[in-house]
Amino acid sequence: MGAMIRVVVAKPGLDGHDRGAKVVARALRDAGHEVIYTGLRRTASQIVETVRDEDASFLGLSSLSGAHSHLFPKVCEELRKAGLGDVIVFGGGIIPTTDRKALYSCGIKAIFGPGTSTTEILRFIEVATEMDGVGVGDSNDWYWQGD
Amino acid sequence: MNADVVLAAKDGCRRSLARTLSALENNTLDIADALSIIGEVNSDNHHDSTWKIMAITGAPGVGKSCLVDKIISQWASQGKKIALLAVDPSSSRTGGALLGDRVRLSVVDDIMLKDRVYVRSIATRKSSSSVPAVVSDMAKLLLALGWHKIVVETVGAGQSEVRCAAIADIIVVVEGPARGDGIQAEKAGLLELADAVIVNKSDMVGARKHADEIKQSFELGDGQIPPVLLTSAITGDGCQFASDVLLTLQSTGRSSKARWRERLLAGLEQRVLQNPHLDSVLLSLAAGSIELEDALNKLNN
Repeated sequence: MGAMIRVVVAKPGLDGHDRGAKVVARALRDAGHEVIYTGLRRTASQIVETVRDEDASFLGLSSLSGAHSHLFPKVCEELRKAGLGDVIVFGGGIIPTTDRKALYSCGIKAIFGPGTSTTEILRFIEVATEMDGVGVGDSNDWYWQGD
Repeated sequence: MNADVVLAAKDGCRRSLARTLSALENNTLDIADALSIIGEVNSDNHHDSTWKIMAITGAPGVGKSCLVDKIISQWASQGKKIALLAVDPSSSRTGGALLGDRVRLSVVDDIMLKDRVYVRSIATRKSSSSVPAVVSDMAKLLLALGWHKIVVETVGAGQSEVRCAAIADIIVVVEGPARGDGIQAEKAGLLELADAVIVNKSDMVGARKHADEIKQSFELGDGQIPPVLLTSAITGDGCQFASDVLLTLQSTGRSSKARWRERLLAGLEQRVLQNPHLDSVLLSLAAGSIELEDALNKLNN
């Protein structure tokens, strides 16, 4: 039995819209991955503790509240502080293109907006798994720009 | 698997603990090796003569996770270090799994308690027969690292989940109101293993009646009757009492035969699946060159 890919799908902050997170969680499950869903309104440290205790290699953050520019970097920072720099982080939700550059530079490796196919997200997981040094603590500036 | 990771886990590093558990799950670490690396851990565990591993099982939707949350909170606030292994089924089609028990767990958010609580979601994966062995190894590791009590939460739906429960010292079955008339065969299977039964959702109609039916059905059998408790995980009614009862619960002994039966079958199944001749025997069976009886004899040697 080989290692499975374990992904935490999390909803940081005050945001009750979890339809997208659930669709992504379901797509990852159907692709054969193990998905741990945190539920709504998690703090950055709660999310980091979940990733740590569940030994996940990916973290998907979903935000539709507009607070992504505050919450996503905070989660990345706390992951690094907790020694979880090898975890690969991706995000999704309502995230204006003008906000994305800053998120990439804080360690987010992919951002998926409305209309993204689940196939693309799965493809990202596949590609990122094969790559070295794309964790949130690595200084690699690669990010997902489609195939 | 690097021994340093196991040693870091011994020093209390949660990430290393999670990684060591993954190594057990992925078969890259043997439990005997892990235990020998850990060696003797100073702990007050030795003085505790009550159970070490408790399984909580029951049908989907009866409120197991909510109830476990309440119970673990109580124990953790009494100073116990509790590890929860939450087992959920993998899809038999894709091998993937959605592990959602954390959604109902608030104890991990409690800043006063979270260091005394470790939660790990476990998928049954494709070869479900190995789950009981994996869960049992994980529990052994956690106990060796000084965790006081291991709670295994399983869906009481399939054989592998019932066998997961059978690795525990005591088994608690959670029921809900209006779950039929108490003589369903499926329920009998699970209830005959129970050292305690909790009828949850006592705030709803039919809970007390259902608890009475279960009590009556136990009274018809032999041996010590397990406690039947009423709780409402959502209002908190009965949860304090239930956690006190469960903390010092002794196995009724009435289920030990049935439990050993499950453990034996799990062991046997694993032995067959790990037999190096399995493939060739299966091929011969498929080709019709040997009979089932011969195959069993071959694999049993």
